[in-house]
Amino acid sequence: MMRRDLAFRILARHVREEIVVPVYQAAQEWRAIMPDHALTYYSIGAMGQASSCGLGLALGRPDKRVLVLDGDGSLLMNLGTLVTIASQAPRNLVHFVCENGMYEANGGHPIPGRDKLSFSGLARAAGYRNTYDFAELGAFEAAVAGLLREEGPIMVGLKLVPGEPPPQDYTFIHGAPARETFRAALKR
Amino acid sequence: MNDSEPIGGGQILDAVAARGVEIIVSVPDITTSEGLLWPIASDKRFRLVRVCKEDEGVSICGALSFCDKRALLLIQYTGLLDSLNAIRAAGCDYKLPVCMMVGLLEKEPGVPPTQSSRFGVRIVEPILDAMGISHDLFELSGDTPRIGPAIDRCYRDSWPGALLIGRRI
Repeated sequence: MMRRDLAFRILARHVREEIVVPVYQAAQEWRAIMPDHALTYYSIGAMGQASSCGLGLALGRPDKRVLVLDGDGSLLMNLGTLVTIASQAPRNLVHFVCENGMYEANGGHPIPGRDKLSFSGLARAAGYRNTYDFAELGAFEAAVAGLLREEGPIMVGLKLVPGEPPPQDYTFIHGAPARETFRAALKR
Repeated sequence: MNDSEPIGGGQILDAVAARGVEIIVSVPDITTSEGLLWPIASDKRFRLVRVCKEDEGVSICGALSFCDKRALLLIQYTGLLDSLNAIRAAGCDYKLPVCMMVGLLEKEPGVPPTQSSRFGVRIVEPILDAMGISHDLFELSGDTPRIGPAIDRCYRDSWPGALLIGRRI
């Protein structure tokens, strides 16, 4: 298992002009690691919708790579998205799933199917172009640059444990300034 | 075409295309299947994104607005009811232009939605009102000129809007 903050730090070293779409806990962590990445789309809205937001951005901006940092509990709320994404087949979409096996923001309760469920298996069956799973930082670090260049849609399952607790700032994540920053960055 | 005749799918699609809508996101609805969704599937003016569930479409439309792409979410009222939290979050909390065309399944033609014998149909407009979401009813050919302004209002105000299709097309 990898610490999420350490895995994100590895990913962050490779992120330049990509759009990043992180769900709630991932968003707090991502913001702590890359506070100035203006192409971060925090406006997920309802739980489970990150990958659908990512699909919309991928379709609207095919010139940009879109990296969704989903959660396992979040994705379970919107499993049909896997089929929709596979059907649309956006080449610029990389779908990371942070698999900690729990509803971290809601009391740490286990997700249904923990230790049985394979998100990459679901994505493969839905028709994603490729899927990967990583549980070791070294293996992830060695692969990440290639993953960001690979033709999508691909899923990257990250077997994680929470790292150092990041600051929790939902006011920022849901606030208009975050959206305006993203909108302006996307126009540049 | 006589203004009192039932509204036609071709009229609706021409009005939608004229307002710059490029992408249709949809879950099929029998109210609009023959007259809208099947024609859209082969209409080169649009990209059709078939989604598994309507709340996906809310998020897709919201995200597309950041890319300056106009989209229309074509769904049944049951899907609208199922997607209220996504609409609340993306549309109302975030103030994004989620433009929805909603088939009122089994609403009786000529009967106001709030007076339908169908419970689900009766509650649509009051729920939209409670959320502050504007809505317009389209049933007759004479209603067509209101389609464009309804779409423009969503994008001008950056807020959700609902175009309710009141009869089978």
